[in-house]
Amino acid sequence: MRPKRVTFRHRWLPYALIAPQIVITIVFFLWPASQAIYQSVLRQDAFGLRTEFVGMANFGRLFSDPLYLESFWTTIAFSALVASLSMGIALILAVMADRVIRTATAYRTLLIWPYAVAPAVAGVLWWFLFNPTIGIAAYAMDALGYDWNHYVKGSDAMALIVIASAWRQVSYNFLFFLAGLQAIPRSLTEAAAIDSAGPLRRFWTIQLPLLSPTVFFLIVVNVVYAFFETFGVVHATTSGGPGQATNILVYKVWRDAFEGLNLGSSAAQSVILMVIVIALTAIQFRYIERRVEY
Amino acid sequence: MTLYRTTTATAVAALMAAAPAFAQTEIQLWHAMGGALGEKVEEIASGFNEMQDDYTVVPTYKGDYTENMTAAIAAFRAGEQPHIVQVFEVGTATMMAAEGAVRPVQAVMDNADIEWDSEVYVPAVKSYYTTPDGDMLSLPFNSSTPVMWYNRDLLDEAGVTEVPQTWDEMFAAAEALQANGHDCAFSFGWQSWVMIENYLAWHDQPIGTMENGFAGLETELVFDESDDLTELLQRIADSQENGTFQYGGRRGDSLPLFTSGECAMWMNSSAYYAGISEQAEFEFGQAMLPINTEAAEEPQNSIIGGATLWVLEGHVDEEYQGVAEFFNYLSSPEVQADWHQASGYVPITTAAYELSQEQGFYESNPGTDTAIKQLSLNEPTPNSKGLRFGNYVQVRDIINEELEDLWAGNQTAAEALAEAAARGNMLLRDFEDAND
Repeated sequence: MRPKRVTFRHRWLPYALIAPQIVITIVFFLWPASQAIYQSVLRQDAFGLRTEFVGMANFGRLFSDPLYLESFWTTIAFSALVASLSMGIALILAVMADRVIRTATAYRTLLIWPYAVAPAVAGVLWWFLFNPTIGIAAYAMDALGYDWNHYVKGSDAMALIVIASAWRQVSYNFLFFLAGLQAIPRSLTEAAAIDSAGPLRRFWTIQLPLLSPTVFFLIVVNVVYAFFETFGVVHATTSGGPGQATNILVYKVWRDAFEGLNLGSSAAQSVILMVIVIALTAIQFRYIERRVEY
Repeated sequence: MTLYRTTTATAVAALMAAAPAFAQTEIQLWHAMGGALGEKVEEIASGFNEMQDDYTVVPTYKGDYTENMTAAIAAFRAGEQPHIVQVFEVGTATMMAAEGAVRPVQAVMDNADIEWDSEVYVPAVKSYYTTPDGDMLSLPFNSSTPVMWYNRDLLDEAGVTEVPQTWDEMFAAAEALQANGHDCAFSFGWQSWVMIENYLAWHDQPIGTMENGFAGLETELVFDESDDLTELLQRIADSQENGTFQYGGRRGDSLPLFTSGECAMWMNSSAYYAGISEQAEFEFGQAMLPINTEAAEEPQNSIIGGATLWVLEGHVDEEYQGVAEFFNYLSSPEVQADWHQASGYVPITTAAYELSQEQGFYESNPGTDTAIKQLSLNEPTPNSKGLRFGNYVQVRDIINEELEDLWAGNQTAAEALAEAAARGNMLLRDFEDAND
């Protein structure tokens, strides 16, 4: 393939064209990120009246804190659960929606709807449904013989934030899966059908392998979502409890900064999260983008 | 031309009308009172604004307590701070340590040209916010204390005629309720505040060393050293087996357990009065917190929660005169009595309490004076005048986490308290290092 080459008449024009993007990146990413790195080596009181350089002490304390390391595992388990649950459900829905011919738009609109709901609102919604005293879901489970109480049982609390976080993400995943499925040429599935392959067989041997780039892409997106964007859900439902059961990394960053006013430690945690997101993005570019043919 | 003249005339008229407003000094007040309480704050401010011509108090709602405090701190760092900010009681140590950012109320009032006496405030309220030398740091505004809410109907059905006054009577009432087929006897909210801080003050035992932190930053938490507290918490945790106690979450999340009639008694802030009257479809009342006869014969006094108004540095002297005048207005018996009766918070001055008595408020709303009675039961001791620990918002989170592991049966009460104290002490040392 011959590389595309575009020439500009003026030397400054290309710079002027990318300038807005550069400015946005500096203001909304580079500057805050550098502030986080700067804060992470300081110890400061809340009002910023006394500042002391402490080197890597904030990081050292985090990694010697068993609760912080536990929070890592909690976050990994949470992300895996959110990604698999939301992708699994989205895939089933997409496969079914792909077959629907009549009123397909109506189905699609309804399925995409939850994505427009803000995480905090979604959190409160599920909080009401699962409230052990007044929640209808908790009531239904009680009728089935399960005593739901996410205030005491860590596993119940984890289930609650996984459901609340995954629910919203199902819509997003559904869109990508549906687009992926519709991009698969009909001739392939029809040929398989003529060779007497049932719907399940066609899905496993034809549709799913051809969807794999979408699957990999969505894994990264969902893990990033679970890592960084689920603060609102946790804040509105469990506040990280009971005990440490749902204290995920991003919630701890917020709590240490805004409740604890401990900017140094919170900044150090942000830097660690930043390293994680850079690593995830690198993996995506290196291994996943390459497989996708444009 | 006519149009031009009309415009000029209008502009001049507008300028003239606006002139008095320009002469007025604006006093910014950032608060955390949402809903009906927020409207009440607006009402108080406009009452003050109408009363005099020199100052205009501008109240702004900035979110919950944490958000309001964080907003004020961020504003201070940017040099845009308000004159007055409402800060909850556990933020006291943080505000106090911020020398150079905070102007003590005592200094504001002493320097201003007004008559003011710090003796008019209820001692149990005031003592929380004064230095060991007796200087007032911030102005008490909305204070409450935990009380025991009970469901009269459920207790009557079980034949419990006397509202339990001791923990033994609580468990006896639980047996009577269960004999009558009702599982949950009690629950509580804000567990660190109600079951640890107030339990210890109520029984005149220390929460931390050095007068609960009032005497210095080197304070250490010692709530794990109270054997009777450890035993009681273990007894409560064990009682979950037959449903006597049910845990309903942090803060006020357990309110539905009481208002739905699932638990017969609920220990939490007296400021839930409005919420409970609105939701409960049964006869309810409030009584004093139960006493543990193993620990003390008579209760000492309970301690407060709620918030106070802090004055921030960085404004011109004339504006502090306005702050002082507003504070004086706020503390007047009429304003205070009205605020107390509308909100369920305790009256912060003795005069406001007496005025409410004269007005017959407690006779027409029985039980609403439980909180103020609890607070003024005795002269506060070093154990019961309050607490002043740095990073205490986080320490309360730690206490929540450790107690939740107790309720879930993952650890014993002794382990929970020891672990909470050890983790809390690390945060106290951090605070000491950052503020030394």
